[in-house]
Amino acid sequence: MEIVMAFVCGFLFMAAIYLILSRSLLRIIIGTGLLSHGAHLLILTMGSFKGSAPPVLSDGVTDFVDPLPQALILTAIVISFGVTAFILVLAYRAYHELKTDDMTLMKGSEDNE
Amino acid sequence: MNNFLLFPIIIPFFFAMILMFGRNNIAYQRITTLFGLVLSIICAAGLVSKVYEDGPQIVTFGNWPVPFGITMVSDMVSALLVLTTLILALFIVWYGFASIGKEREKFFYYSGIMFILTGVNGAFTTGDIFNLFVFFEVLLMSSYLLIVLGGEKAQLRESIKYILVNVISSALFVITVAYLYSVVGTLNMADISLKIAEIDQPGILTVIAVLFLLVFGMKAAIFPIYFWLPSAYSAPPIPVLALFGALLTKVGVYSITRTYTLFFTHDLSFTHELLLILSILTIVAGCIGALAHFDVKQIIIYNIVIAVGVILFGVAQMNEAGLEGAVLYLIHDMIIKAALFMLIGIVIYVTGTTNLRKMGGLMKTYPALGWFYLIAAFGLVGVPPLSGFIGKLLIVRGGFEAANTWTTILVLASSIIVLLSAMRIFIYAFWGEQGQLSSKVQKNKYNRLFIPTALLVVLSIFYGIGTEWLMPFMGDAAKVLVDPSIYTNAVMKGGN
Repeated sequence: MEIVMAFVCGFLFMAAIYLILSRSLLRIIIGTGLLSHGAHLLILTMGSFKGSAPPVLSDGVTDFVDPLPQALILTAIVISFGVTAFILVLAYRAYHELKTDDMTLMKGSEDNE
Repeated sequence: MNNFLLFPIIIPFFFAMILMFGRNNIAYQRITTLFGLVLSIICAAGLVSKVYEDGPQIVTFGNWPVPFGITMVSDMVSALLVLTTLILALFIVWYGFASIGKEREKFFYYSGIMFILTGVNGAFTTGDIFNLFVFFEVLLMSSYLLIVLGGEKAQLRESIKYILVNVISSALFVITVAYLYSVVGTLNMADISLKIAEIDQPGILTVIAVLFLLVFGMKAAIFPIYFWLPSAYSAPPIPVLALFGALLTKVGVYSITRTYTLFFTHDLSFTHELLLILSILTIVAGCIGALAHFDVKQIIIYNIVIAVGVILFGVAQMNEAGLEGAVLYLIHDMIIKAALFMLIGIVIYVTGTTNLRKMGGLMKTYPALGWFYLIAAFGLVGVPPLSGFIGKLLIVRGGFEAANTWTTILVLASSIIVLLSAMRIFIYAFWGEQGQLSSKVQKNKYNRLFIPTALLVVLSIFYGIGTEWLMPFMGDAAKVLVDPSIYTNAVMKGGN
């Protein structure tokens, strides 16, 4: 199972990097989304898949799943959700102001605008 | 168990929420912000004296036993940094009254500042590695707001790049924490420190150490991942730039210092050697940038990069002199960078340009500005008895004690480049023929910009002259960094 998950994470990272390196802003944002998915799956994998019962402590349950990675993923999902929402709005606004979504045309400093 | 240490985090957070209401009433916004900052400063000063008397303060949320709950730890390093952060924020907000503009003030500028303080103070105080990630996100989210606030073309363009860099480094941070968790099985920083000593897996831990260096280095702007900093920081207005320049990179530096003194002490010859080499390369890259530019903002921005290199050089020595110097220099650099950005802001305001070639002769028209700039520049370089001297002296002594002779000489030589870059601004802007002057300068607004700046420069002078008096605090801070067992013992004991 760990091996399969490692491949899934790796594939997600690969796709994310491919998208982030493209020119279009929207593809880059989708890439960052995939990147965070890969990271979240990695946390899940790193917590290991041992244990069968849900992590609710009651009498007789000894073989329970590690609850901590799940808590971490939940936090990380919320954060990446917020950041993605912000960056989408920013991209929309930037497209309106700069009249382009091509990252190669967004170079330059104050002097050569 | 002492909830007191949470006040410098909770008070800015609380005030940020209050400030979200009544955004059109600027007087209310300003007074509330000042009140919140003063209140937080009083609490932070109380915290410093408490830590000085009783040692590190610990809170574990929800009264869980220690490795399980989220722990907040305030030792001398973090208490001092929290106090410095809040004092600088007060000066920057005061300076911003005259220069930030009504439009930004109406659109949650002050809330953004308070939230960023929540994040920065939280990152300095937390004792849980995943909680550090959360506080990083808090400060990054508010920095996204502040960098884009105003919606100018340059701001939109640069903030997209800034956000992308930080999103990627945040994903890396999560990945690194996941790796660390799979190896040590805990997230509490004190517990990690103990577990790392127990389990004998140096290979994977070195990988994690390098990953952490990458993650925090991206925030701290070390070589070779400082590329985003100069363009991103030149976009926002001066008060925001001063806030970012003084605080944000320093959070990264603090995190590197914390992880490299607390966790990764198993293979010093690899991890700290890498840190040493990277810090030297950072200094060199910063020096080249500082000399190459004729834009006053860019010159000071590249000086941030140099200072990051110098501080991390002190950390890489891993002896008491080096670490004490690093803490002293870190706080010095926060103060002096804020002061320099504020001075540069005034220069840009009175000349109406950022290009050094167009400036000149300001010494005749604005002599006080010239003298204060000169003092701040000497302080940046470390001319005794100004604030940079003792820190750099201790860092250099640490370097010689650790027998890194050549690299230490390079650090010393970098001071000359810093002097040259700072003096270049002085020579071009203040000496020579009268250059461009803005026609829109109002004496009243100039004074309102100048007073907080001058006071901050005076504060930096006192930081230099009063080092003797500050030494006990700095010694405490260095002791915690040199001997992690002080930290871990306090945390492990404090939760019971």
